[in-house]
Amino acid sequence: MLDLLAKPLTWANFGIMLAFAVLFLLLILGYVTYAIYFERKVIGWMQFRYGPNRTGPLGLLQTVADVLKLLIKEDTIPKKADRELFILAPAITFVPAFAALATFPFAKNWQFADLNVGLLYYAALSSISTIGIVLGGWASNNKYSLLGGMRSAAQMISYEIPLVMSMVGVILMTGSLNLRKIVEAQGNWFWEWNFLPQIIGFFVFIVAAISELNRTPFDLPEAESELVAGYHVEYSGFRFAFFMLAEYVYTFAIAALTTVLFLGGWHAPFPFLDFIPGILWFLIKMSFCVFFMFWLRATLPRVRVDQLMGLGWKLLLPLALANIFITAIVKELLR
Amino acid sequence: MIRTEELLLNVGPQHPSTHGVLRIIVKLDGEIITEAIPVIGYLHRGTEKLAEDLTYTQIIPYTDRMDYVSAMTNNYVICHAVETLMQLEVPERAQYLRLIVMELQRIASHLVWWGTYLLDIGALSPFLFAFKDREIIINLFNELCGARLTYNYMRVGGVKWDAPEGWIQKVRDFVTHMREQLKTYDNLVSGNEIFLARIKGIGKYTAEEAINYGLSGANLRCTGVKWDLRKDMPYGIYDRFEFDVPVGQNGDCYDRYIIRLEEIRQSLRILEQAVEQFPEGEIMGKVPRVIRPPEGEVYVRIESPRGEIGCHIVSKGKDKPYRLKFRRPSFVNLQILPKLLVGQPMANMITILGGVDIVLGEVDC
Amino acid sequence: MSEENKREPNGESASHSADEAKEEAKASGADQTGAPEPVSKPQPAEAESANAAPADNAGKGEAKAAAEPKPSKAAVDSASEATPANAAESAPETPQANAADSAGEAAPKAERPARAPREAGAAAASKEPSDAPASELKGGADADKEAKAKAAAEARAARAAARAQKAEGGEAGAEAAPKEPSPNQPRLDRIVQLIREHVHPDAIVEAVINERDRHLPTLTIKPDHWREVAEFVKTHEELRLNYLSNLSGVDYETHMETVYHVVSLETKDSYCFKVKTMDREEPSIPSVTNVWAAANWNEREVYDLLGIHFPGHPDLRRIMMPDDWVGHPLRKDYVPIDPEV
Repeated sequence: MLDLLAKPLTWANFGIMLAFAVLFLLLILGYVTYAIYFERKVIGWMQFRYGPNRTGPLGLLQTVADVLKLLIKEDTIPKKADRELFILAPAITFVPAFAALATFPFAKNWQFADLNVGLLYYAALSSISTIGIVLGGWASNNKYSLLGGMRSAAQMISYEIPLVMSMVGVILMTGSLNLRKIVEAQGNWFWEWNFLPQIIGFFVFIVAAISELNRTPFDLPEAESELVAGYHVEYSGFRFAFFMLAEYVYTFAIAALTTVLFLGGWHAPFPFLDFIPGILWFLIKMSFCVFFMFWLRATLPRVRVDQLMGLGWKLLLPLALANIFITAIVKELLR
Repeated sequence: MIRTEELLLNVGPQHPSTHGVLRIIVKLDGEIITEAIPVIGYLHRGTEKLAEDLTYTQIIPYTDRMDYVSAMTNNYVICHAVETLMQLEVPERAQYLRLIVMELQRIASHLVWWGTYLLDIGALSPFLFAFKDREIIINLFNELCGARLTYNYMRVGGVKWDAPEGWIQKVRDFVTHMREQLKTYDNLVSGNEIFLARIKGIGKYTAEEAINYGLSGANLRCTGVKWDLRKDMPYGIYDRFEFDVPVGQNGDCYDRYIIRLEEIRQSLRILEQAVEQFPEGEIMGKVPRVIRPPEGEVYVRIESPRGEIGCHIVSKGKDKPYRLKFRRPSFVNLQILPKLLVGQPMANMITILGGVDIVLGEVDC
Repeated sequence: MSEENKREPNGESASHSADEAKEEAKASGADQTGAPEPVSKPQPAEAESANAAPADNAGKGEAKAAAEPKPSKAAVDSASEATPANAAESAPETPQANAADSAGEAAPKAERPARAPREAGAAAASKEPSDAPASELKGGADADKEAKAKAAAEARAARAAARAQKAEGGEAGAEAAPKEPSPNQPRLDRIVQLIREHVHPDAIVEAVINERDRHLPTLTIKPDHWREVAEFVKTHEELRLNYLSNLSGVDYETHMETVYHVVSLETKDSYCFKVKTMDREEPSIPSVTNVWAAANWNEREVYDLLGIHFPGHPDLRRIMMPDDWVGHPLRKDYVPIDPEV
């Protein structure tokens, strides 16, 4: 796959690349479908109840039914809404989410693009989605969604900074922005993975990542009980599905990023276990990250918006900066 | 210069967190509320006017639907009012049954409050835990009087149905179970930093304001005023039981939260004592077939989970009241909301509103 | 149905009056509250029918008992307080019934026989409730059962007669057997005195004790002075009525009134204030929102549903009904503009 990029761009090569991309898109859609299903199941079990268990065997077709319902709904656009922006906003939110997955190394040889600035590529694209959310809030011509959009913009911008700062520690340790090299630099034993040496960075990253995803406890933009669904309140049908899709693709992306940066990528925790293929380890670690996010959703209440801002700027940013300093000092001392 | 405008936001009658059809017109300056005007009356069903055409026994089902989360106390207030007016005596077993169902109802109502309050704050799971425990109580009531929410259980002079076989034992088991559950609730929620940051220091008011506004229940006790009608103006057989009245100090949402959880514990204490003392006997006193209180006027007040619920009856000696007025605690408690909301960020509106614990059926009557 | 009605009150009153009858028989002439009124209420018909025979027998019974007629209210009180004391008095009833029969030729002052046969009749009725109606009691029963039944009928007649008497206002020396003064009378006097001294001597129209409502001191205040009275009772250090429990509006067809139940949280005393307004077109009662903030929405509700204006209220508008509603629904003469709504 990787060497296709080095070859000249013929129609055949283009066709192959397109086929892989479409295949990946379908896989992502499959992931989203079952991530939603598992979220509902896991949260249900944590709340003493079964999640969906009727549609299809064990309720496996629940999301399929939901998506089908969303697709066949009437496409309502409020009368006074800004039509073009209203239609554009979900697309702007979703496209970067999918595009950002291009640089992740899922296994030793499975990567779409081996960019030397892979990490920066991810951070840059994920910021574009914020524009989509603000646009959605504005274009709906609804005070609630405007409030939600504004809140979301403030939140996402505020937490981008600690997120990227926490990654700097990893970059310092690895010496490269290339995601493949970051994985390779992590050792074969689980204590050599980055989450232990970079424990502060890991903590900051987790909190900032959950805030970037707009998930509980930081799900103010969609605070159902306060703003009645915030920025996507006027969206229904397929456009709403796009926003939800974007959110779940981002959970995939963040889980993959966590795995790559801190949890050793495709490495097995113990070298003697490496008969299990790397892709499987990657998926196991990713699943654990995703499960952790569901677990938080079932357990924690929501943080208020001003407390959220305080948390981001006054706690996480200084911690991330401290992490960078400590990493630099230790690295210098160990040389 | 940027010209800023005040934003008029309608927290509309349909809203997941207003606990019913309550409309609050909120004027916002950015995220800060500058004025809040509650608009009620969406659930006004004219109970007081209807009561003028109904006999006293016929009014009892209507009272269930006022504060539908706490229907037993509503039943009790009107039965108690008529019994005071007629100076009837209620037999012991009926008194005990009434007390047991009222305390169970208090626990059920506080569980609903707890679950929905946390749902508003954003935690999804406590809601389901609370409702699971409430199911036990509802099933007990179902066994006792056939209904899950609107019981129509009490009558002037006693109660309608007797406790079936084994019911008292189930109440005993519930007490033990609930004590364990309260520990789980505390573990899950009460120490959580996010939760504490959300509700500590929010929605404060002083004792003078509380008394001036006529607040009652946990809303009054959170400021330090120790006033519980079960102890200060006892009715029924409450004076036979030992229980404490939790009192807060700061007058904020956190105190109200702790007080209500503690009230559940105290209700469990009362229930424990009541099932030990539960007597045999009649469940209905000597009451004429047609309840015709003599001419006169009476106002009784009891402690419902939301505060002081009162019933003012003006009787002209007929079998229907001349004027029946309910003093509803949620109606009076809601008056302080505009004052509490000024200067708060939007996000606190739901926290404060939830802390007041209103039920719209009662606000509108 | 009326028999059942009769049965229970009869039972209660019977035992109670049986008690008293017994005491009277012993301590002749003691003043007491006697046979209760409500017993008489459900049986006007029967009283009428039984009128004929017992009219002359009405004189019997505890002639000794020379009790004066009491106000119906006191009688009612005693009756309702005499709840199932039923069980007790089977024994004394028989001698009393007999005594009733034998005592016979007392000078039939309407009052005395009114009470005594009522008691006897009531006693008889309580002993054998099912036999109460004279019609059911055919021979074969005990002699005293018959006597009781007759006494019952007499009692009814006597009651009817007594009622007729009262209607004419013919109760000589109609002072009640002196009721015990209410335990709250001193409080009522004190607050009346305080208001008269500090606010205005005419502020109080009426001050009574509402016995039914656990002896609640009830004061009726003139609307002109109501606001000052409210401020006074809230701030005066002896009263400190700082908590407004309830504010209701009542529409009596001749006038309207608002009823305020206030409590002092420190002393746990409660009082009731009423303010009447005779004007039905533009009823107006000063607002006490600045005294007790709890009155705010309550007064709005009274305004909305009854139409009483509260000058001085910061924001008097409809609260329950839609803003454009016409009329005040809780009034007795309310007719909806649109009956379909």
